[in-house]
Amino acid sequence: MNSAILINATYIVSACLFILGLKLLSHPSTSRKGNTVSAIGMFLAVVITLLDKDIISYHWIITGIAIGGVIGAIFAKKVEMTSMPELVSLFNGFGGLASLAVGWISVLTLANQSVSELARGVVEGSSNQGLSLTISNLSIIIGGITFSGSVIAWGKLSGKMTSGAITFAGQRWVNIALILALVAVSYQLTQTPDNANLIYSIIVLSVVLGVLSVIPIGGADMPVVISLLNSYSGIAATAAGFAIGNNILIVAGLLVGASGIILTNIMCKAMNRSLVNVLLSGFSKPIDTSMKVEGELKALSPEDAFYVLEAAQSVLVVPGYGMAVAQAQHAVKELQELIESNGGEVVYGIHPVAGRMPGHMNVLLAEADVSYDLLLEMDAVNQRMETFDVAIVIGANDVVNPAAKEMKGSPIYGMPVIEVERARTVFVLKRTANAGFAGVDNPLFFKDNTRMIYGDAKDTLNSVIREFGDD
Amino acid sequence: METIYLLFITVLAAFLGFELIRKVPATLHTPLMSGANAISGITLVGALVAAGGEDGTLTTIIGTVAVVLATVNVVGGYMVTDRMLAMFKKKAEKKSAKDA
Repeated sequence: MNSAILINATYIVSACLFILGLKLLSHPSTSRKGNTVSAIGMFLAVVITLLDKDIISYHWIITGIAIGGVIGAIFAKKVEMTSMPELVSLFNGFGGLASLAVGWISVLTLANQSVSELARGVVEGSSNQGLSLTISNLSIIIGGITFSGSVIAWGKLSGKMTSGAITFAGQRWVNIALILALVAVSYQLTQTPDNANLIYSIIVLSVVLGVLSVIPIGGADMPVVISLLNSYSGIAATAAGFAIGNNILIVAGLLVGASGIILTNIMCKAMNRSLVNVLLSGFSKPIDTSMKVEGELKALSPEDAFYVLEAAQSVLVVPGYGMAVAQAQHAVKELQELIESNGGEVVYGIHPVAGRMPGHMNVLLAEADVSYDLLLEMDAVNQRMETFDVAIVIGANDVVNPAAKEMKGSPIYGMPVIEVERARTVFVLKRTANAGFAGVDNPLFFKDNTRMIYGDAKDTLNSVIREFGDD
Repeated sequence: METIYLLFITVLAAFLGFELIRKVPATLHTPLMSGANAISGITLVGALVAAGGEDGTLTTIIGTVAVVLATVNVVGGYMVTDRMLAMFKKKAEKKSAKDA
């Protein structure tokens, strides 16, 4: 019984556990178990790999795992739920960099082999080596792009850099030049694998390409970018798996790659845009200002909002990124309880691209202890929109913008939105009267049944809650 | 032949991935993403062999760095996903938790 068979047999078990874990993840009641099952699969794969005959010293491995484990645990414990998008991007970046490193080592090993083979005068099998080098190189490139792209996404999401689109003249040409340079250097590498400068060039080029791909993408399009980078990190692992001929890397990496692509697709559909359009959106022309809507904004005080809510039987809450920024989810939940104890009903309408990553709002509301069966998808609330007495829009703009249906030529025209204007009354909680992220004026604000409540969402909600208390 | 065999696995895994993930509801998209992210830390397995090998100093350094990064990805990813999923509750479950 050799160890290679034992290792690969265990990898099959691990792969099954990953698959089972993802399957259990498809329902909230079993999802936690699913995550644990998947973690067990990972643990098995790691432990059995330590039996590999090529591993002769363990102290660096143990040191590395200890350091990484502590850092990971601290991140996981400390992070605020509102910062999940940043954390996921950062982890993505780490995964990408690790794949880059594995690809790099694989190239180094192949280069060593080729040198010793040349010394021994072996000519055979050189074409196969070219293929292996190309695949290892691909792992470096995808890993590098994933790494730097994720770091930029992290910077944008955490406010460490501007979240708007950053563009400069000729950016597209620079990108094309970078890709051509990458192809050229990669070809060189297959010819002279022992030239370390080529590897360094590839790493630098792919890192720069990752940066340039993400900087032109604006904040509101971040859900797409995160999903895509998530997919890349899986594909990078798959490429690394090909490079070192390891099945479990290939299978697990592809499961991740597929999940990222599906999420990317869902996000793009939710904005009625193609992936290419999102990735190149920073380059589109400025929005036509003649499209701006005019009208009177009708402001309302939290006290008056209370009287309306007190009488309401059915309330819809539509959260957006503003709720995350204001950390208002707990206040929302408190208001929900008050309305419910008053005999009313509260449900939540979640747009697929609300927030900065897929499912961002759901996690925040779950944190505030909102039951997940109250979190409804866009189509479900749109169907019964007329039955809501009040729709409260908290820090959302584009996802409730009727311009998407009414104004041809609006940048968001054609995007499916939550049609809150069909509810009897609409409250819009908004910090100021400025346009939202996409720079679009929102005709919703001027509708007859819309009332604007200005101020920090959390403060506003707390004022309303206090009114309930005084009652 | 080896390459074809790996390609065979690749295609099947891709199809399987699509089928599995399509069924995940929108509510769980964030945990799905961070859980999938943890799985992508499987690169750790590749890094282990490199870090523990005998191929020289450079390889050991790169390998160890890769082990650290991939472990952050794996440990952090699974823990934060678990933290999130623990928060997803249904009304009935919460009431019984309060009664207890």
